[in-house]
Amino acid sequence: MTVTGALGRSQGVDSSDTAAIEVRDLRMSYGSVKVLDGVSFTAQRGEVLTLLGPNGAGKSTTIEILEGFRRRSAGEVRVLGVDPAHGNEQWRAQIGVVLQSWRDHSRWRVRELLDHLGRYYLPYSTPDRQRPLDPDELVQMVGLGDQATQRISSLSGGQRRRLDVAIGIVGRPELLFLDEPTAGFDPQARREFHDVVHRLADLEGTTILLTTHDLDEAEKLADRILILAGHRIVADGSADQLSRQVSGQTEIRWSRNGERYVHSAADATGFVRQLFAQHGEEIADLEVQRTTLEDTYMALVQRYESGVPDQPAGAAATFGGAR
Amino acid sequence: MNPMLHAIRLGVFRGWTEFRQSITNRSDQVWIVSINGIFIAVMLFQRDATIPGTDISLALATLPSLLGMNVITGGWMTTATVLSAEREDGTLLRAKSTPNGMIAYLVARIVLSSLNIALGFVIFLTVGLTVLNALDGMGPGDWSILVAVLVLGLLATLPWGAIVGSLVKSSNAGFGLSFLPISAMIAISGIFYPISGLPGWLHPVAQVFPVYWLGLGMRSAMLPDEAALAEIGGSWRHLETFGMLGLWAVVGLALAPRVLRRMAQRESGSAVEERRQHAISGY
Repeated sequence: MTVTGALGRSQGVDSSDTAAIEVRDLRMSYGSVKVLDGVSFTAQRGEVLTLLGPNGAGKSTTIEILEGFRRRSAGEVRVLGVDPAHGNEQWRAQIGVVLQSWRDHSRWRVRELLDHLGRYYLPYSTPDRQRPLDPDELVQMVGLGDQATQRISSLSGGQRRRLDVAIGIVGRPELLFLDEPTAGFDPQARREFHDVVHRLADLEGTTILLTTHDLDEAEKLADRILILAGHRIVADGSADQLSRQVSGQTEIRWSRNGERYVHSAADATGFVRQLFAQHGEEIADLEVQRTTLEDTYMALVQRYESGVPDQPAGAAATFGGAR
Repeated sequence: MNPMLHAIRLGVFRGWTEFRQSITNRSDQVWIVSINGIFIAVMLFQRDATIPGTDISLALATLPSLLGMNVITGGWMTTATVLSAEREDGTLLRAKSTPNGMIAYLVARIVLSSLNIALGFVIFLTVGLTVLNALDGMGPGDWSILVAVLVLGLLATLPWGAIVGSLVKSSNAGFGLSFLPISAMIAISGIFYPISGLPGWLHPVAQVFPVYWLGLGMRSAMLPDEAALAEIGGSWRHLETFGMLGLWAVVGLALAPRVLRRMAQRESGSAVEERRQHAISGY
């Protein structure tokens, strides 16, 4: 996965052989304040990536650099084969952006705005990727069919966020950035949003990079999870891989003669085999559970915030490559 | 499909839509009616007064001055307030994240300002026609001067509105830093009271700013020639009018793209969020 100089030249022309996002040794500081210190990761086309991390870890900064809204201090960045600092309008047309707190266009009506914003993508429509999406289908897709002719100022918080997602995908982006898309969603809206993301990833082949604070959501949506802490990526892998790598422990619960037991073991299968060999039919209510993503996340972030920066960096590097 | 032309067309549509939304919005309607009602009332009160040294109605002199003022409020103030408010609410960032969105956005600013100015013209000219019989004496030469002052006035004020709107930190500042100086410029520009009646030391100050020249240019188009006697130097000073408006236009048009580009480069999600937090904590 070497980044060659040639990648940047043909902006947006078929570059499907390249990764959607390639970041190598990205560094960012504001004055003397270091925000990103050697961030590296890759997103393959069609992949759904979740970026997790405590507030102030640099998630938004990372996304803004990839979106081309912020200039980096140092490092190699390629988004759809192009350096986002020099992305042209054709490149821009292939990217969808959903930010945390849009409040714009409050006087417009829902369908009217989707129709208007969709038209900007018309010159960038290609035979194999027709742009934009039909505004009527789009309002249905994000569940705003009943609000299509309402003024945007009259939408509820959750409806407004769904409109933002709709605007983000109106140009049928190849790559979509979502910054905390479900903050303030009720469970139903969240479920509907997850369906939209799955649909985009499966049917449209959209590469998606999203940030969230909801670990359950990260686990549900992401093919791969990146954890950003201490100014760098400290973990990169699927939820399963992360929990295996971080704790290496699995929790086993059972009951025997009405008494409940909990035990953590590195080799759960071996432990359970032994358990049955020893107690046989007395064992009931058996549960074997790998460490949750939440435990993994807390363990990783705490390790970094308590200032043990270097030891797990090597471990982090092996996540992505190992499997 | 040429993306640039396409974006310009979208910008025109956008500007028209925003104008439509504005004139159908209740609070905007109240503002339009009350502010223009005040100006019309001023003219009605002035009907019986005359310009010093002539027998021309003072209201007749106020009408073209108001047309000039209308250009600066529509060109400078509207652009500055809308731009600063839309940086704050994320409209500008939205434009930035849309292909060719910034071009369309700027076109929309020009279209909206022009339409607002046109609306003011229609209102004031209707009053002029029906109540003051102001347009009777105007020949084709006068009309072409009026149009030239209008177009040049727009070029002299709109870029400055964009500059102010780009530099301010909040929409409140965007309104304050355009409303207050423009009100001051208007107060000393001879729009509501002939400049010859103002203290002499104010004359050079007033003549630095485009408001005075917009008013003078409009008066020269709409008033009989003898009214020029009430002006500084007793003449319409067309050369100076076009020269000064041209100077403001050239400097503004040279600076605005640079300032706009720098401002646009800095727009990002966190910049918008920061301004939002600032706006919330400010109250």
